Amino acid sequence: MSRKRSVLSVLSLLVALSFVSVGSAADTLKIGFNIPLTGDIPKVGEGSKFAAEMLKEEVNGAGGLKVGDKTYQLEFIYEDNESKAESATAAALKLITQDQVLAIIGPQASKQAIPAGEVCDSYMTPMISPWSTNPQTTKDRPYVFRACFLDPFQGPVAAKFVSEEFGAKKAAVLYDIASDYPKGLAEYFKEAFEKIHGPGSVVAFETFTTKDRDFSAQLTNIIKSGADVLFTPQYYDEVPLIVKQAHELGWNKPIMGSDSWGSAELMTLCGDDCKGLFFSTHYAAAGAKGATKEFIEKYKAKYGYVPDDVAALTWDATRLLLQAIQETGGLTGNLDKDREMVKDALAKVKDFDGITGKMTFTPEGDPIKCAVIVKISDQGEFEFYKSVCP
Amino acid sequence: MEVFLQNLLNALQWGSFYALIALGYTLVYGVLLLINFAHGDIFMVGAYIGFFVASFFLGKYAFHLPLDLPPSVIFLLTLLLTMALTSVVGVTLERVAYRPLRRKGAPRLYVVITALMCGLLLENGNLALLGASRRSFPELLPKAVYDLGGVSVTNIKILVIIAALLVFVFLETVVRKTKLGMAMRAISYDRMAVPLMGIPVDTVIVFTFVLGSSMAALGGVLFATAYPVLEPYMGALIGWKAFIAAVIGGIGEIRGAFAGGFLLGFIEIFVAAFFPSTLRDLISFSILLVFLSVRPTGFFGVARATKI
Repeated sequence: MSRKRSVLSVLSLLVALSFVSVGSAADTLKIGFNIPLTGDIPKVGEGSKFAAEMLKEEVNGAGGLKVGDKTYQLEFIYEDNESKAESATAAALKLITQDQVLAIIGPQASKQAIPAGEVCDSYMTPMISPWSTNPQTTKDRPYVFRACFLDPFQGPVAAKFVSEEFGAKKAAVLYDIASDYPKGLAEYFKEAFEKIHGPGSVVAFETFTTKDRDFSAQLTNIIKSGADVLFTPQYYDEVPLIVKQAHELGWNKPIMGSDSWGSAELMTLCGDDCKGLFFSTHYAAAGAKGATKEFIEKYKAKYGYVPDDVAALTWDATRLLLQAIQETGGLTGNLDKDREMVKDALAKVKDFDGITGKMTFTPEGDPIKCAVIVKISDQGEFEFYKSVCP
Repeated sequence: MEVFLQNLLNALQWGSFYALIALGYTLVYGVLLLINFAHGDIFMVGAYIGFFVASFFLGKYAFHLPLDLPPSVIFLLTLLLTMALTSVVGVTLERVAYRPLRRKGAPRLYVVITALMCGLLLENGNLALLGASRRSFPELLPKAVYDLGGVSVTNIKILVIIAALLVFVFLETVVRKTKLGMAMRAISYDRMAVPLMGIPVDTVIVFTFVLGSSMAALGGVLFATAYPVLEPYMGALIGWKAFIAAVIGGIGEIRGAFAGGFLLGFIEIFVAAFFPSTLRDLISFSILLVFLSVRPTGFFGVARATKI
């Protein structure tokens, strides 16, 4: 008898508790983060999470986010997508249906952002990818946005830069054919470079597949081809191997990279071999001013290292989302309706002043913003070298 | 011609790694008729142990040696200590996972599945323990690039190739010329009769695991020296491919592991060099498949009645 009663009392307590949690949920805003905390690029996930945590503390510390006449506390839910496409869709689905988030930040890499964007769009949940530069991520998806420039813009920027800076007439490309981002960017670079120097001026267009560690055969071909510059739009865990092996095989011409190079981890893995190389990216930590500098200093004081571009873009993407939520002028509490309102507000954003530059959105959900060329200095810092605007 | 020579060197280095790992598969199979699928991950563990040992000798931790050693001495010490420590891991695996099953007379299939699980355990244990972030193997040997008439060679490349050849000579001698080697071959021949002759089977098996694991450790440290980015899953794919190399060579035969390893290295490099590199795995494994259908026991293998 007493056991039955205790079971009953526990049950009623549970029911009461669940009512309480429903009651308080009205005053929190749930935002999901679909980021790679493990897998190939865990540093990217870590940077994203740190930046988001910093922003959350700042907003919640100031009392919360004011939307219309109500103030909300922020609740961020981090879901690990293991840097895999299939896990990214599963994570998006979980955030949308189970955690009932208002909107999603991430995934970061295009490989995950393209399939996850499909999920978010079909479930009519706003998604902002901070770092995905492949056009397909947002194409024909009204609910999907991004906080960075696109590969069709970055490719020509790199092609133009190597032609002007190094006087390159012939270029070689080495990229991972099994990954959306490098593949897309390699093709845009080739197209742009051949437009400047004529067809056939990309003399070596070599590929490998994810997880490869030995590039000696491809690099031997590249060296033989007589190219003036090597363009390799790879992630920070492959770049050190590519660069080191290229130097070992006798390559001493410039190597150019893309925004995927810009991880805080690149220099600890690459060391001296990467010094003096260039890459195009979203922001440069060395020589930053204003709000950007403030962000960098705060981040560095809190986590002990200079934030990379993913952290900065996640910061911008999350702030962008918060601003859009504020601009809805008040949430209804009906999740479907709120999600639609946030989407509409995001599409209307003009001249958003982010720490990675000013952004105005096109109807596709892509911002118009400038690219930065960074030079890796002899101290191993990412130094601002040049700014290239559309 | 230069390109051919350059790729020949590339292939020799790449094949050396396959050979060093394939060896571990072959040694254990030769004695126990067990495919030790955890071996690729033992290789990974070797690389990680090498990383920590090297960092220790370089004085990167709070507790360090009172004297500064020259880098080449550190490299040698790292190599030896890593081989010893990795052997401990390999033997522990045998003690904890394989021996109890063997004692209970479990069919070999179960032991193979256990081995697969042990491999996953090592990978994910590492992930849980050390996190997913990449580690950079310290540069112990100052890199020197030699240019020989258009062909570039580094001292590391030469070291790797020589090490693989020395290991080959060493193991051939051990297995063919020593008593312990004779015992190893005897166990694979008839496991029931050997204990009756007074040969301590368990000791021989432990010795086999020591040999296999220390060669994987050697491979791991050399691999990390040549490709200095460490990650928990680095042993998985290369381990599988080395297993294929061991089968091609005729599993159970040391010559076979080397022949298979170098063959796979050559095919991979030359396919990537002369065809679009996208086709590398497709072409290289098609070649190997055709080869196996013609000679199912590999180069040096002998057909046995039971295999798994």
